[in-house]
Amino acid sequence: MKVELEADKCVASGQCVLAAMDVFDQDDDGIAILLDEQPAAEHLDGVREAVAICPAAAIRLVDQ
Amino acid sequence: MRRIVVVGASAAGLAAAETLRREGYDGTLILVGDEPHAPYDRPPLSKQVLAGEWDPERPALRTPDDLAGLGLVLRLGVAATGLRLADGTVELADGSLVPYDGLILATGVRPRRLPGQGGHVLRTLDDALRLRDRLAPGRRLVVVGAGFLGAEAAAVARRLGCDVTLLEPAPVPLAHAVGTEVGEMLTRAHLERGVDLRCGVTVTEVTESGVRLADGEPVDADEVLIAVGSLPNTDWLDGSGLTVADGVVCDEYCEAAPNVYAAGDVARWHNPLFGQSTRIEHRTNAAEQGMAAARNLLDPDGRKPFAPVPYFWSDQYDMKIQAFGCLRGHDEVAIVHGDLTERRFVAAYRTGDRVTGALAVGMPPRVIRQWRQAIAAGTNWLEAVGAREAVN
Repeated sequence: MKVELEADKCVASGQCVLAAMDVFDQDDDGIAILLDEQPAAEHLDGVREAVAICPAAAIRLVDQ
Repeated sequence: MRRIVVVGASAAGLAAAETLRREGYDGTLILVGDEPHAPYDRPPLSKQVLAGEWDPERPALRTPDDLAGLGLVLRLGVAATGLRLADGTVELADGSLVPYDGLILATGVRPRRLPGQGGHVLRTLDDALRLRDRLAPGRRLVVVGAGFLGAEAAAVARRLGCDVTLLEPAPVPLAHAVGTEVGEMLTRAHLERGVDLRCGVTVTEVTESGVRLADGEPVDADEVLIAVGSLPNTDWLDGSGLTVADGVVCDEYCEAAPNVYAAGDVARWHNPLFGQSTRIEHRTNAAEQGMAAARNLLDPDGRKPFAPVPYFWSDQYDMKIQAFGCLRGHDEVAIVHGDLTERRFVAAYRTGDRVTGALAVGMPPRVIRQWRQAIAAGTNWLEAVGAREAVN
């Protein structure tokens, strides 16, 4: 599974970081940063949570 | 449970549907929406869509493939008109009856209107596109209501070169929500950009040439945007037996009746974090509550109270305003980082002896997160804020 982030949609809520700290971070302006494009299985639930909760619908989890 | 119906196809309804599938529900899943569009996101409507920066497809919450992958029965463009709790059926506007074993209500809110004909509201994609087409340099826009929606639209319209008049009944915009100091900071930002902000005025009517104030004075405009708050879409639940009181009344699990849950703008639930009955019209709450309602519906024995730290943001000019927790009804505000006049600060909000809210502009994420954490933990005010001087 691969994570895709559309950073230009990001509204800096930081909800993704709260949901999956090993996969997402924020820059100084709060814009989300993708730390790990292909997270290990144990992080996928958190990523799915982040996809669902992102207020900008800026994150996708896609099959490879 | 073999048939679950989700009424409302926006952020909360979609999050509920996705969560049901993610949690392993493989029965029939029906998603009903009164708009013809597939689920889309509303916050960009008063920002990027109104500004003409995004095309109308961009706010879509999911791709057609993602939606297809959910295995939904999508009933779009048809409103729910009635609920028969005893029979376990939802009535739709086309006359069909949809039976359910489990039900999630996510019908959202609709804009309040004003007496008179005409005027725009800003709730749907079609509303935003209609208003966008009417904004151009030199056009005169009157915005009624300087809440977050009205203020965002005013900021966009100024950037597009419109002459903007912003009318607000309170002495200071948003003071009841964010405190006088922050409200005045927002006021200054609008005045600097040339918005004609008039406080302490009440609009009684939309007219052919603009609006009329309570003292009879007309305010001329080419376009009028009415942004005076929303009403929960609960009329269709009249006579259903559900308790409705400014929203669908739920317990702390978001349950309104056995196997019937509510989520998003329409839900009034008991948030145990603040010990109060709450209805929240924030984008993040819609998603979080949709997820919580879906989980609790599927797992009655393992259900959990829904106790979020609410979050919202607003974009006005070059400011991103972020707020956490419960700001309304606060007893005290203190600037705990930065400087209000520089528009880089964190304001903390006290209710009773606890930190219950924080509002940030232009501050780094780690600073904001620390205040979010303090709110979630119910941290004592003095412990968190120390002996700083309150600003109001």
